[in-house]
Amino acid sequence: MSPKREFEVVGKPVAKLDGLALARGGKLFVADLLPRGCLVGRILTSPYAHARIASIDASAAEALPGVHAVLHHGNVPRVMRTTAGQGAPEPSPYDFTTFDRKVRFVGDRVAAVAAESEAIAEEALKRIKVEYEVLPAVLDVRHAMDKGAPVIHDEPDCKVVIPVPYEPGRNLAAHVDTRVGDTAEGYAEADVVLEHEYECQYAQHTPIEPHAALAEPLPDGRLRITTSTQVPFHVRRIVAQALGWPVSRLHVVKPRVGGGFGAKQEVLIEDVAAFLATRAGRPVYLELSRSEEFLSRTRHPMVVRLKTGARKDGSLTAVDLGVLSNTGAYGSHALTVACNCGSKVLPLYRWPRLGFQADAVYTNLPVGGAYRGYGATQAYIAMEIQMDELAQALGLDPLEFRLRNHIRKGETSPIFAALGEGGEGVEQSIDSIGLDACIRQGARAIGWKKKRGKPGAGPLKRGVGMCCLMQGSSIPKVDMGGASLKMNEDGGFNLLVGATDLGTGSDTVLAQIAAEVLGVSVEQIVVRSSDTDLTPFDVGAYASSTTYLSGQAVRKAALDVAGQIREVAAELLDARPAEIALAGGQVRTADGRALPLSRVAMRSLYEHDQRQIAAFASHITHKSPPPFSAHFAEVEVDTETGLVRVVKYVAAVDCGTAINPQLSEGQTEGAVLNGISYALCEEYLFDEKGRMRNDSLREYKIFSTRDMPELVTILVPTYEKTGPYGAKSVSEIGINGPIPAISNAIFDAVGVRLRRAPFTPERVLAALDELAGRQAR
Amino acid sequence: MDIHVTVNGRPEVWQAAPGESALELIRRLGYTSVKRGCSQGDCGACTILVDGQAMRACLLVAAQLEGRAVTTAEGLGSLDRPHPLQRAFVDAGAVQCGFCTPGMLLASQALLVETPRPDATAVREALDGNLCRCTGYKKIVEAVLLAAERMA
Repeated sequence: MSPKREFEVVGKPVAKLDGLALARGGKLFVADLLPRGCLVGRILTSPYAHARIASIDASAAEALPGVHAVLHHGNVPRVMRTTAGQGAPEPSPYDFTTFDRKVRFVGDRVAAVAAESEAIAEEALKRIKVEYEVLPAVLDVRHAMDKGAPVIHDEPDCKVVIPVPYEPGRNLAAHVDTRVGDTAEGYAEADVVLEHEYECQYAQHTPIEPHAALAEPLPDGRLRITTSTQVPFHVRRIVAQALGWPVSRLHVVKPRVGGGFGAKQEVLIEDVAAFLATRAGRPVYLELSRSEEFLSRTRHPMVVRLKTGARKDGSLTAVDLGVLSNTGAYGSHALTVACNCGSKVLPLYRWPRLGFQADAVYTNLPVGGAYRGYGATQAYIAMEIQMDELAQALGLDPLEFRLRNHIRKGETSPIFAALGEGGEGVEQSIDSIGLDACIRQGARAIGWKKKRGKPGAGPLKRGVGMCCLMQGSSIPKVDMGGASLKMNEDGGFNLLVGATDLGTGSDTVLAQIAAEVLGVSVEQIVVRSSDTDLTPFDVGAYASSTTYLSGQAVRKAALDVAGQIREVAAELLDARPAEIALAGGQVRTADGRALPLSRVAMRSLYEHDQRQIAAFASHITHKSPPPFSAHFAEVEVDTETGLVRVVKYVAAVDCGTAINPQLSEGQTEGAVLNGISYALCEEYLFDEKGRMRNDSLREYKIFSTRDMPELVTILVPTYEKTGPYGAKSVSEIGINGPIPAISNAIFDAVGVRLRRAPFTPERVLAALDELAGRQAR
Repeated sequence: MDIHVTVNGRPEVWQAAPGESALELIRRLGYTSVKRGCSQGDCGACTILVDGQAMRACLLVAAQLEGRAVTTAEGLGSLDRPHPLQRAFVDAGAVQCGFCTPGMLLASQALLVETPRPDATAVREALDGNLCRCTGYKKIVEAVLLAAERMA
């Protein structure tokens, strides 16, 4: 029924290849690799939400001893482009240039300097005289498209480079409209129709390592950029575009990355570092401060309107999902994040009629971008709270209601074909789904039947809630991953991949896949990833693609190499290549003869008909098989203070074959805790001028060890036949669950529906007061 | 200004610039395991041990290290003979991106010296000032408990 499920290396909790080097504190991150004589770069940012730069005088900064370069719109060429690290042509609008004559949010860049120390650089920034002509600002997303609203991108040269709606004159950065069938008919057939608005807030990825890049002029006139990025090949292409250089003059290297979560799928500071180093003729290191990191890229805040209809028997009749996304000052990922709100959410249930409409609008606030979950997070808040509300209205158990309606193996959703990354999508049917098992096992682990509907007496109320989720695995027909593999004398291998390990452990996962094919242990695989001079191309670490997509490229290259090994081994063992198996670091014949792989390597390199045993492979996909998940939250609500505490959280996830279960658990636990932190406390606070007030980790609280609930991860194996050894993705899906699961649990505990995150004590108390007021009336 | 310190068991004389933070000085001298995550004392990535106590290097002026014994992750173990905490972090899957790891290790070391067999609550309290965005902390707490068990 299904292919072989038992493997030697795949499916094992192999220790992360770089784990010990990292634990020893090795020089592995950009900031650890600075050469002698390296200058420090700093960026001058805008104090205004919306202003024209009337004049800029950098002469006093340039005259300061120790300053080697000062950049601003007057001395850097204007090249309209996007910072979004996406494939070419990018679906994000070209509304950005390295330095502009206008600033569009508090924190937007105005100028940059390179100096011999941080202190000199800071002093130089103070000496740059800027006169601003302050403009009225758009600070409320709901009024961004009002008649007469200030136009944020009034420059004549902003544009889109793929044929999609774009109306900067109305502050409209992206628009999507898709429908299947007549939803009005569906509501007419329904016994229950619900319509509510849900809202989620600004948030930042807060990688513990902020954005950091080192640019070094090389003796041959090239420039090397060592950068903490998820997208080294897109960095090369986009920085070349900004500089007006051919990509071959740039060498981009990704060392270890201190977390990204989407923030580093953005070409945000590499252009500045490159211009500074080129002007100064010296290496320049540029690192964002923590407060600058908060103003780098964020999660698009959204207002989501959701209307659904269902019959008494629990069947669904129609859905309309409407999204208003705040993309901030620039349209980075505006369109594709909006598309994901529909394409990763609507297929989960069997809606016979669907409507999806999204506007992404400019405001004079921080810029949205890629953030783990990528739109699905925002839209699942609406979908999974409303599924709970529908179940309640129909008098059904929300768990049974979801079991009844979720998509099944062999089924498709019209949304797959209708909605892709900016344009049409790719039709696909579901071949692997373990959602039923996720729901049942998760329910058991949380104690659903025992705990549901039992808030208890006293001021502390307990409740349980759940939700279901799906995501995707790579962008079909768009994303490409490449790998190359060569054999060395000792029977070990160099695996070179463009894929980008940003701390996830993808180097280890890819080594496991190669090792499985070649019949060796992971120690025999030396991985080099993400070096544009050395490794093949890969789009990078985003869209939940690395294991599923790049892993298949590795498997193909390894199969090719295994074939070459068999040919040489056949000569040595006087057998036919097809008879030879690779296992245990050996080549073996069926009759029990064996030689170590090093023997094959030595023959191929030194002895006879010499050649390098090696192969290149690349891979694209024609589908994006969703991982599925069910989340369960148990909460305690203090009805006197409004404080919500998550007591226990269970995430059951079907990611196909978990190539490395320990790393899959780690991805899930990290995503879940980030999601819980977002649900309960993370948000941006702005003053009336659009300035972020809580731009430090002290004021913008993220969860620490003291806040963590009991976390339970359940991996539910399925086998996705288009993935390497049955694998699908796991990295993003986990962050989508906490807001709806916790909201639903709060309802179970105290009977109030919270539709606006985060669920702070103030909001919870206000909701409880309102409920008490309604009951009193 | 000369600062006399014992770093990872070896006496050294460091030249600090006026007002320089311990974090900047330590990194400048090549002890790059001490990470800069916020420079505001909020993230814990720059945690070092000063006379065995976990402290945030970014909040110390370099001069405060005069006469002290400083431990960084470089001094915890070697590639061949890693410290049991380093081994446990790798084995338990507590290292993802690894940027917070040196600080986590030192905060854990300070705990284990004082409390050789802590429970999970004690570990969570000891690591409260060290932020990690990758792991959800579960495997970090497990790693410290595993190391304590192995060291007992």
